[in-house]
Amino acid sequence: MQKEIVYLDNGASTKADPKVLEKMKPYFCEIYGNASSSHTFGQKSKQALENSRDIIAKSLNSKPEEIIFTSGGTESNNFALKSIAFSNKDKGNHIITTKIEHKSILNTCKWLEKQGFDITYLNVDKEGFVDPEELEKVITDKTILVSVIHGNNEIGTIQNIEELGKICKEKKVYFHTDACQSFTKTELNVKKQNIDLITINSHKIHGPKGVGALYIRKGTNIKAWQHGGEHEYSLRSGTENIPGIVGFAEAAKMGMNKKHMDKMTVLRDKLIKEIMTRIKNVKLNGPEGNKRLCNNVNLSFKGIEGEALGGYLDQYNICSSTGSACSEKSLEPSHVLKAIGLNNETANGSLRLTLSRFTTEDEIEYVMSVLPKIVNKLRRLSPF
Amino acid sequence: MYSEETINRFKNPRFGGEMKNPDAVGQVGNMKCGDVMKIFLKIKDNIIKDIRFQTFGCIAAIASSDAMCELAKGKTIEEAMKIKYSEILDKLGEIPKQKIHCSVLGTQALKKAIENYKKKQNKKENKQGG
Repeated sequence: MQKEIVYLDNGASTKADPKVLEKMKPYFCEIYGNASSSHTFGQKSKQALENSRDIIAKSLNSKPEEIIFTSGGTESNNFALKSIAFSNKDKGNHIITTKIEHKSILNTCKWLEKQGFDITYLNVDKEGFVDPEELEKVITDKTILVSVIHGNNEIGTIQNIEELGKICKEKKVYFHTDACQSFTKTELNVKKQNIDLITINSHKIHGPKGVGALYIRKGTNIKAWQHGGEHEYSLRSGTENIPGIVGFAEAAKMGMNKKHMDKMTVLRDKLIKEIMTRIKNVKLNGPEGNKRLCNNVNLSFKGIEGEALGGYLDQYNICSSTGSACSEKSLEPSHVLKAIGLNNETANGSLRLTLSRFTTEDEIEYVMSVLPKIVNKLRRLSPF
Repeated sequence: MYSEETINRFKNPRFGGEMKNPDAVGQVGNMKCGDVMKIFLKIKDNIIKDIRFQTFGCIAAIASSDAMCELAKGKTIEEAMKIKYSEILDKLGEIPKQKIHCSVLGTQALKKAIENYKKKQNKKENKQGG
């Protein structure tokens, strides 16, 4: 049995790159001043903050003053939706999103419904794509915001963000995307893709946890949601997490490399192909090829419950995740798998393996040396 | 976290797999919550001589099926009907709170199998009587 952890749950969180950690270290005990302080020492922190902002801005082809640092993806999503909603409620109370969003969008929308906003949840097709024509149809003169996840965290679908953005631009509706999974894993360009707000975070790209950002296009009507000392252009108060922000920027800089994407794509396709040829009755959830996140594999194994499969893999030190009901507090199968039309058995039989740039071919082979026999064993125990 | 006992039963269940020519079968659960449990029984002189399970479910569901089978084997059907899910939990040791319903499912499957057995017996007796 392999002693080292084979970490294939990079959609949940990633290992911080040791080089990222090195960049962060001076900002704990050496350059620890408050970036708002006027003394030279504090200004060193300020400089680190603004350098980091430049790096993140460039990674999205935006301007530094359009980047607001936050505590992560959940905060950025909450900030974007709640603040756009309340800042623009004189124009309308209608918001459009999809049925396959992350819970930080869906639960924020549920809360907004209680505050009097109307939310439309768009359907997706069997691969998880939003139909741009359907979006166009549901936009009304009351619509103030459209929010669509860029790369889906469960099934890896990469939306045609450019086309959706174009529609929103034509209809003069703000367009937000949650790009936590897709950032550094596919193109993200605010000018080309007509995006007004983007959520990104650090711990999915080999940076530290507890830091993220919200890109807000210049001129967007949005007010502060978190009030205080008027940090981050008065849009998000709170002393800046300088070590985290420096680490986030370094992780983004290192991540923006096509070589990493190419490597993950090759290993992803090898893993999918090996599993589907060596194990019978397996279904790929989500699209194939370049419309799928380069690090995402999601498969349903007939007759097997996903958590049992993941639990068995865990015994071999392989980290995975599942969309099965058993893994959810609600005891309901994943809303994303239901939205793409899977029946309960197939949704409950899902296994997600998410790669990173540190994933090796040896690790993929190790998975293939144990997965077929585990599937056989669990299928013998199954009544189906 | 799961106890070592739970993990061991999950990985190497002693009572897992289909039974040929069972005297009774009971199935409970539903696909929505993702747990379906099927119990096979061999019964002689009112005693459960052999028992097997097939379970579509998580670690806790498979391990509790196995523990339940061990508890039932050798018991009379009346004794087996009285097995409580707490006895299954005692056998397994620690399992996460949200998984306790899996052990409840185990006792339900057993009861269903025994009820099916009784129905079959009644039919036989009626036929013999008629």
